[in-house]
Amino acid sequence: MNKHFFGDTATLSGRSLRHILRSPDTIITTAVTPIAMLLLFVYVFGGAIDTGGVKYVDYLLPGILLITVASGIAYTAYRLFTDVSGGIFERFQSMPIARSAALWGHVLTSVVANLISLILVVLVAVAMGFRSGAGILAWLGVAGILLLFTLTLTWLAVIPGLTAKSADAVSGFSYPLIFLPFISSAFVPTSNMPGPVRWFAVHQPVTSIVNTLRDLYAEQPVGNDIWTALAWCVGLLVVAYALAMRAYHRKIA
Amino acid sequence: MNTTDAISVAGLTKSYGEHAVLRGVDFDVPRGSIFALLGANGAGKTTTVRILATLLKADAGTAMVGGFDVATQPAQVRESISLTGQFAAVDEILTGRENLVLVAKLRHLPSPGSVADDLLARFALTEDGSRPVATYSGGMRRRLDIAMSLIGDPPVLFLDEPTTGLDPQARIAVWQSVKELAHGGTTVLLTTQQLEEAEHLADRIAILSEGRIIVNGTLPELKALMPPAAVEYVEKQPSLEEIFLAVIGHDTSVERDRAGADK
Repeated sequence: MNKHFFGDTATLSGRSLRHILRSPDTIITTAVTPIAMLLLFVYVFGGAIDTGGVKYVDYLLPGILLITVASGIAYTAYRLFTDVSGGIFERFQSMPIARSAALWGHVLTSVVANLISLILVVLVAVAMGFRSGAGILAWLGVAGILLLFTLTLTWLAVIPGLTAKSADAVSGFSYPLIFLPFISSAFVPTSNMPGPVRWFAVHQPVTSIVNTLRDLYAEQPVGNDIWTALAWCVGLLVVAYALAMRAYHRKIA
Repeated sequence: MNTTDAISVAGLTKSYGEHAVLRGVDFDVPRGSIFALLGANGAGKTTTVRILATLLKADAGTAMVGGFDVATQPAQVRESISLTGQFAAVDEILTGRENLVLVAKLRHLPSPGSVADDLLARFALTEDGSRPVATYSGGMRRRLDIAMSLIGDPPVLFLDEPTTGLDPQARIAVWQSVKELAHGGTTVLLTTQQLEEAEHLADRIAILSEGRIIVNGTLPELKALMPPAAVEYVEKQPSLEEIFLAVIGHDTSVERDRAGADK
């Protein structure tokens, strides 16, 4: 590893964190959509959804947290795209730095920005009556899974950030990710869905992650869901990282 | 290759699929000189610069920069160079000073703040140093861009079309800084489509066409390729540029400098 890797990553993370400080609207807009969904589903649709005795805000929160991350990483892709299209990415790559720091700076910034958005959403949920008796360990588990999920989606966001031809294309890629939780156990139990839809909902990554988060803060045993969730996250992370590196090497020799 | 050459390129080729961009490019640039790579859009100028700046791998041929091979010693090459790309590669959200501090930190210099302040003063940006770059004019951005390239005093500087899109005053200011740099011993490779720019700045000029260097020499050598000049008497009309500079009250010291350089 290049001896400057940590120093250069810190410098470049500092740079993009400063971008966020100067336009905090990126964090607020990241949090606004999930908060609006939270309000809509808890106060409008939630009364009609049978969650088996669980308070609906408690039931819904994990899915909303995943949607928060999915909308947050659109900005990560956009910030990287701006660097690439404006030429500053090439400037960094022609300098005597640890070259991968130019990507890791954005990745760390993405983690920090998403963390702040997640905290905002959780605070709103608490104000709406979300309660959990979970201990420190369970909350660390929730934080760990959300961190892993953020890293996975962030490396996925690096791919359009490096390869997109226009800013519109960059922001478009996150829509399917935001939509995915709707066809999972995030909003309604999967048991009432028709056959093929239920099959998809049960087998896609969001359901296992949502179930794990829900069990963790409901103080229930997590069962096999946690292993399925971790396998999905780690597997997707490895694939996304490999594809991002391939996109990088196509861009820069 | 000669040990006094800062850049030495031999037999460089590069294709994108079927399309051959470089078909065997050769040239040498002596240390401390200004070398202009002249050519139309698509002639392969930017491709050549990107290979020399270790951003792109050549298909064949060798390129040495600052005594290091771009293919096998890219890290050492990056220690010796600075690249100013075709479009000012500056951070729009940061201030001018923050841009300079960022680059000084990435070059691992001991006191980034004072490096930034010195360069702001040198490029007449001190007053605007605390404003976001998004508010800068094209000329100011280019000045900042070039100032960022000088941090750490790299011995070899690549300037890819440094004055494209600049007004005459800003262009003359850029020319002035490039000359000062070469005077201080920096080797400058610049690409341009403007014949006047090459004529004004370069010690040697190479013309790149369809991926090959078709002519390479000093300006007098290039002029000698043409039939001897016939003496004709024509009325000296001022060019629009001269009028423009005269009416806006531009300092003409640069013009005198140009006359001096022609001696």
